[in-house]
Amino acid sequence: MVDRTIENFDCGHRACGGCGASSAVRMILKGAGENTIVVSPTGCLEVFSTPYPETAWKTPWIHSLFENASAVASGIEASLKKQGRLDKEKILVIGGDGATVDIGMLCISGAFERGHDFTYVCYDNEAYMNTGIQRSGATPYDADTTTSPSGACSTGNNRPKKDLPQILVAHSSPYVATATMAYPMDLMKKVEKAMNTPGPCYIQVHAPCCTGWGFDGAKTMEIGRMAVECGLWPCYEMVDGKITSVKKVKRVLVDEYLKAQKRFRHLFKPTRNDAEIAKIQAIADANTAKYGIDIE
Amino acid sequence: MTLQIMEGSIAVAETVRLCRPQVISAYPITPQTHIVEGLASIVADGRLDAEYICVESEFSALSACIGASAAGSRVYSATTSQGLALMAEVVFNSAGMRLPIVMGIANRAISAPLSIWNDQQDSIMMRDSGWLQFYAEDNQEAVDLHILSYKICEDHNILLPAFVCFDGFILSHVFEPVDIPSQEEVDEFLGPFTPYQKLNVKDPISFGMYATPEYYLEFRYEHDQAVHRAADAMRKYGKAFGEKFGRDYSELVEGYRLEDADIAIVAMGSICGTTKDAIDEMRAEGKKVGLLKIRCFRPFPAADIAKALAHVNTVAVLDKNISLGAKGAVAIEIKEACYGSGIPVYDYILGLGGRDVRKKDIKKIVELAEKGSGDMFYGLREELL
Repeated sequence: MVDRTIENFDCGHRACGGCGASSAVRMILKGAGENTIVVSPTGCLEVFSTPYPETAWKTPWIHSLFENASAVASGIEASLKKQGRLDKEKILVIGGDGATVDIGMLCISGAFERGHDFTYVCYDNEAYMNTGIQRSGATPYDADTTTSPSGACSTGNNRPKKDLPQILVAHSSPYVATATMAYPMDLMKKVEKAMNTPGPCYIQVHAPCCTGWGFDGAKTMEIGRMAVECGLWPCYEMVDGKITSVKKVKRVLVDEYLKAQKRFRHLFKPTRNDAEIAKIQAIADANTAKYGIDIE
Repeated sequence: MTLQIMEGSIAVAETVRLCRPQVISAYPITPQTHIVEGLASIVADGRLDAEYICVESEFSALSACIGASAAGSRVYSATTSQGLALMAEVVFNSAGMRLPIVMGIANRAISAPLSIWNDQQDSIMMRDSGWLQFYAEDNQEAVDLHILSYKICEDHNILLPAFVCFDGFILSHVFEPVDIPSQEEVDEFLGPFTPYQKLNVKDPISFGMYATPEYYLEFRYEHDQAVHRAADAMRKYGKAFGEKFGRDYSELVEGYRLEDADIAIVAMGSICGTTKDAIDEMRAEGKKVGLLKIRCFRPFPAADIAKALAHVNTVAVLDKNISLGAKGAVAIEIKEACYGSGIPVYDYILGLGGRDVRKKDIKKIVELAEKGSGDMFYGLREELL
């Protein structure tokens, strides 16, 4: 096991108080261990951690553009391989959901198909938070964002989340997992496993955003746990395309998770929208059926 | 020196091999394909110890070059036209990150309408990106400028990427005699890549941080200064290249029968060869015409150009590109370089999308310039308009 006392993500960065992504990154780097080169696409993380001339990164770090982190990582991997450094240094991409499931889709698909040896961790805060909470392909069904606002003719985002983990399983990725910053030990363990698995590995990490989702920044961990407990965020591992572990829970209804966040407030006020809440419950039920989340 | 008859693209591929890039990342596009196919074969045959990344797009081709260069490798890519347009964001970004990437451009027209044929709109549209831009007249120059580019770009006082531009099909697919230097000579001239800084766990640094308004202007100034410094680097290394390989590249612009010319034609790329032949014929007829070839478009050698053209009474610029709604990009800058001299500078947009430019066209343009008729598209088929 790698040394979990390492702190390669320094304090003093400019994330919001209660930022799920920044806590996740600290844990991710503990899981990755020393000798890690990090690539970050443009996004919240990049912006709050590297305003020139300050940096929060105590490990080598590179940012190029919004959509090309996987391609940059491909180049780093090829270079390290040719220099004989790949056995000593590892490559880790850490990017947000917009950079990963939307604009970076071409690059991530290409890099995973080519089989480069790197790990991609997506901190999923379920919208474009850096630019002001716009909808992404990872925004959950019915969430209110600034580009999928609820209104007289809208219940918020009208599509379910894009399932990038399964898309990357279809790319024959040797290790695909989901995790949450609300379970740090599990997150660190999964990152360590991915970093030590040859080939392109992917972890999607639930990273609640108090600013974008509308909850008290003191409750970030709590919100993260609620997502798992209601079945909307299944935590699983897939090795060579087969499920090898699932976080089992004594599942509760989705209501409390939704009620705790302003982005779902329109489902309860002025009146409770039973039909829409039932659709979200159906998503949680489908996750349960697919991954076997329930404690029997 | 041993001359071999070979296709331009293969000559470029063999030259890139001699430069020993450790990572090649490219996506196929006509008319660049023979270069990347050639390099793929060279790597497959073990004639170059490099990683060849078959990326899924030009956007990723140059992005992977960024990663590989930042990690400490000499890198190469090649593209053209739509490929260059697709990688536009990465072109600007890689230059701002000050990475010494060399990329071959087999110049081709831009869609729409789709055209696979030659003009120089593609590299010209990237003129403000902060990449150096060199233009080859023939395949020998395409070969030599590749080697020279690595030398200039990797200088720690420069640290910039460069396009080596050579006209698609007209050069890329043509068989000409070229001298491909020996591995020993190129090794002696270039030496191994020594990055100024690199991604390295023993010395962690952050690359590609964002700049607030308190810093951005200075980043751009430093970048601009480096592009300007590349002019002197080209003079210095171009001279050293001449001493090593017998072909001097110390001049950013090159005159042909220009010393006593009344009319100067200004051009870039393969059209210079046709122009030289036309000039020889016009000279035989008693017309004092010369050529000023622009070999280095970025940095733009305005002072060199003003000096070279100071004695002529008319300038005719051949532009294989058009800044729509304005003029040809080369003419715009030649007019600026000649500002105050009183010398009339006429622009001729020609050869777009592969339209052939012949000696008689060059002669016709000289006649137009003599009559003071210019700033026009040349060779339009009036019946289609």
